[in-house]
Amino acid sequence: MKIIVAIKQVPERDAQVRIDSAGKWIDETDVQWALNESDAYALEEALQLKEKNGGEVVVISAGPERVGSTIREALAKGADRAIHVASDDLGQRDALGVARLLAAAVKPESPDLVLTGLQSDDLGYGQTGVILAELLGLPHASLILHVEKTDAGIAVKRELEEGWFQNIELPMPAVLTIQSGGTRLRYATLMGIKRAKTKEFKRISAAELGVDAKANVALEHIALPQKQKTTQILPGSAKEAAAALVEKLKFEVRVL
Amino acid sequence: MSGIWVVLEERGGRMNRISWEAVAAAQQLGSQTGLAVSAILPGLKTEALAAEAASKPLAKVVRIEHSLLASYAADGFTIALQQFFEKEQPEYVILPHTYQVRDYAPALAARMGQTLIGDVVAIGQGPIFTRQLMQGRLSGEYRHTGGGTCFVSVQSGAFRADAASSGTGVVESFTPVIEEAKIRTKPGEPFRGSAQTVDLGSAQLIVGVGRGIKDQDKLPLVQDLAAALGAELAASRPICDNGWLPIERQVGSSGQTVSPKLYLAVGISGAIQHLVGMKGSQCVVAINKDPEAPIFEVADYGIVGDLFEVVPALTEAVKVAKQ
Repeated sequence: MKIIVAIKQVPERDAQVRIDSAGKWIDETDVQWALNESDAYALEEALQLKEKNGGEVVVISAGPERVGSTIREALAKGADRAIHVASDDLGQRDALGVARLLAAAVKPESPDLVLTGLQSDDLGYGQTGVILAELLGLPHASLILHVEKTDAGIAVKRELEEGWFQNIELPMPAVLTIQSGGTRLRYATLMGIKRAKTKEFKRISAAELGVDAKANVALEHIALPQKQKTTQILPGSAKEAAAALVEKLKFEVRVL
Repeated sequence: MSGIWVVLEERGGRMNRISWEAVAAAQQLGSQTGLAVSAILPGLKTEALAAEAASKPLAKVVRIEHSLLASYAADGFTIALQQFFEKEQPEYVILPHTYQVRDYAPALAARMGQTLIGDVVAIGQGPIFTRQLMQGRLSGEYRHTGGGTCFVSVQSGAFRADAASSGTGVVESFTPVIEEAKIRTKPGEPFRGSAQTVDLGSAQLIVGVGRGIKDQDKLPLVQDLAAALGAELAASRPICDNGWLPIERQVGSSGQTVSPKLYLAVGISGAIQHLVGMKGSQCVVAINKDPEAPIFEVADYGIVGDLFEVVPALTEAVKVAKQ
């Protein structure tokens, strides 16, 4: 089974975000980068499928030079080889534009399965995997927690809202977007990190793939969100703030 | 071009209520642009639901009717809606941002050469569509810059469904051409996860714990606080993903929806998936070390500080107050 996992490098979860001077994106100076959380689960699912059924796991990621560190992390965890779609203008591409880039790089690989996280932690479009399926002409299922190989293809467990689930059968090849939490993530071992350095790491540019940056949708401006409520911040030491909160809970919220 | 079309969503024989919020969003866009608002309802045997929809302020309701739309599959919905919208050429299509829409709308838009603007929370003059970025830490303003139909999905709770009914009552139907072989996936019947033994929905006081707790061994801190308050313990998704608390204690889009008198969020940053499950709480208190955390946007009271110091102090203060 040949599995391609599309992964994204995103700002680390706790990173302080500052808006850049143009007001169009965050100031990337001093930002620490990490593998997008649901993509980490997609990678884990792919590695487990390979361990059970044999085959190959190929990671692919689009973005500037810096995404190389996240790709190497995936190789250290056990992916067999990597494709870096080098692109410095991802910010100008909309969800369809990024999916077109990935589709152009994935297509010649003719994989049995394409996995990706269901949503990125930065832009949060939640569309890349579904559009990728459309562009590759493959069936898809989204919000998947578990994948099992069957004689006819694959059986997956899909998360629905409010504690409901659904099993779906798909033929292969197919595209799946993976939800966080379906399995346990592994860590890269020292041996894995060492071996990652010898693995194939192919770089290909958007221009080589023949994909332009035409977009239907533009992100014109970013801002701090508007507050829905006026929050009364209770100041002081932990003890002082706790005492002030108890007063509020007792006399204003009236729950004590 | 034929104005604004809302895609209504049936669930288990009823209208999914977020459909009415999509109608409200479309009305707002309609009054900004002067375009008429109509709706479609894909499914099978939807006469009664369509009649209900036709009592809403819509120019007309079109039932997209086919036996292969009786249960949801992405292929069937994408084929049917593409046929209808290719014929109608709408300026805008407004969808509710449900798990179902997330599953097919990006493909539908792409098949028509378009890009969905998803999970929109506000529509401004322009029109400018606002959606959240960086897990709710920032908001982004989007514009449809290309030609053709603009596809938009709206977030649950962002637009207030209008209770007033002033519909035209016009219902039409459209029969798409769908070949059975084009539906490549075999969806099974939805089922519930583990038996629910904790009903957070009726709890009056809830202490919610998030990623900030860092370590399973630290959970007794919040368990003690919940016990002192007489509150139920709840959690955000990462805590349940890690197996630190059972999934039945999860609050948010994939867990339970709660509306207690008090929701005390400890170490929860406030990603939208969590907020949709608890923003109906009467009073929200947030304890978080990051003053920029989005949870403070919905909090009535906040303590910016180290939860490992604040929570034990609060537990003590609550115990004293209750003596």
